[in-house]
Amino acid sequence: MHKYSIGALLLIAAMMMNPGNDLLLSKSNQHLPEVANAGLKLPDHFSAVAFADSLGRARHIVASKKGLLYIKLSRLVNGKGILRLKDANGDGRVDNIKSFCNYAGTGITIKDGYLYASSDDDVFRYKLDENDEVINPDSPEKIITGLLNRQQHNTKSLVLDDKGNIYVNIGAPSNSCQVVERSPGSKGKDPCPILDSAAGIWQFRADKLNQSYGQGVRYATGLRNVVGLDWNTEINELFVVQHGRDQLDMFPEYFTAQQNAIRPSEEMFMVKKGANCGWPYCYFDLVENKKVLAPEYGGDGKKTGRCEGMEQPVVAFPAHVAPNALLFYTGDMFPEKYKHGAFVAFHGSWNRSPEKQEGFYVAFVPFKNGKPSGPWEIFADGFAGVETVMSPREAKHRPCGLAQGPDGALYVSDDVRGKIYRIAYKK
Amino acid sequence: MKKIILLVPVVVVLLMAFNTSSPIDKATMERGKKVYKVYCATCHQADGGGVPSLNPPLQKTTHVLGSKTKLIRIILKGMNTHEEIDGEIYSNVMAPHNHLSDQQIADVLTYIRNSFGNKAVAVTPGDVKYVRARTK
Repeated sequence: MHKYSIGALLLIAAMMMNPGNDLLLSKSNQHLPEVANAGLKLPDHFSAVAFADSLGRARHIVASKKGLLYIKLSRLVNGKGILRLKDANGDGRVDNIKSFCNYAGTGITIKDGYLYASSDDDVFRYKLDENDEVINPDSPEKIITGLLNRQQHNTKSLVLDDKGNIYVNIGAPSNSCQVVERSPGSKGKDPCPILDSAAGIWQFRADKLNQSYGQGVRYATGLRNVVGLDWNTEINELFVVQHGRDQLDMFPEYFTAQQNAIRPSEEMFMVKKGANCGWPYCYFDLVENKKVLAPEYGGDGKKTGRCEGMEQPVVAFPAHVAPNALLFYTGDMFPEKYKHGAFVAFHGSWNRSPEKQEGFYVAFVPFKNGKPSGPWEIFADGFAGVETVMSPREAKHRPCGLAQGPDGALYVSDDVRGKIYRIAYKK
Repeated sequence: MKKIILLVPVVVVLLMAFNTSSPIDKATMERGKKVYKVYCATCHQADGGGVPSLNPPLQKTTHVLGSKTKLIRIILKGMNTHEEIDGEIYSNVMAPHNHLSDQQIADVLTYIRNSFGNKAVAVTPGDVKYVRARTK
């Protein structure tokens, strides 16, 4: 009891002495004994440090040209939903944190002097000053509003092209568009009505206020839920990674639980305007190595039916590993192999019972001229902090966001405890 | 006659309230575990831990330890209200499981209410039958 009251007094004193900052800084600034590479396993000559810790549910992140790191939180901390982190003394760790924004969410990005951020319904933007600081943190411009939000797959990720367009994913509030959601044997609705207002990427203008579906363009469809997306500046195209379908074993006449654990791929697509990636009618089967008809629509794990014209993945990742961020690396710090290649942060699976869960790592795919030039590999592993994850709650950290610093370092966010990893390379 | 009819729900409620101390027999737990593995474990996980932000945990939550009627209704009707459970919102939808028999539902709920650190009175097939008859 005595201990607690002294602790509380110290906290209050710390808050009074440091009125501009909240408790976040004192927490993340603690000098805890550091584990080698912040607990990560990395390729030779790469190293990692905990840039920050205990920030809350850190979802997507973005680094500004001047090296400020902006973080979107999916739950408010002290009433704030965006953090601005700065490493003023250049020691590779945060030493200054500001917070603002009164909504929670996932999406955040920077383009041409503006910070863009999303709630699960709306998209906002904030003008940045010459130091990349937000000028009016309390009065952002609402550029997009009224997007579908029915809890399931409701996060809105953001990316911009070079022509003033912003791309927003609108996830399907559904697993496979069944008549009765996630119910064994229930058929798929045909046509699936969700496709009108979700399950795709919508394109809006970055500088217009209060746009909704009427002012937007459905840029790509048939995407169940995209959390990770990025603009490939080498070939000027949009790339996305999809959270593929769950629970094939709702149709036990065709699929066992073990088969559900390994068959439906998490697909990476290059999406051009008008692309149809197949959901809910089709999924990419990793055993058949092709796009097949979903069992809700008469599929048996082999039939291809109407799937033949659908967009093919450029990379087919393992089932259920949940790609939450995509980043094309354009920096100069990492070796040549990494230039223009794709980093993908996998949040880790939940839908692999009775097998162990997989994911919880950052993968890398080498690219040449906008196409994968070799097999994907695990780049950074060990986020979960335990050897085997049977239930996702056992994972101590789960990768969720990626950002490239102006020096070429790679930042990875974790939305369990709010740890930010900074990964650097030195020959 | 009318009086007797009126008394039936009262007696059932009283019976539900008073079957508190009977220990859970092993066979019920075994049967419940089997149902759990087939219909529940994928989403709620083998350890009842659920999936953060997606599927609610079944470890000492107010839903699991609270009203049997409410819990039976969740099995029969599923859940898509996304209401807050002990301060968290879970985004996935639970399908109705009204295809399970009264015995299966009683077994699995008894198993859940006495596993994963939980301790609560058993759910009987009679409880399920009663709630099912009054659930549309």
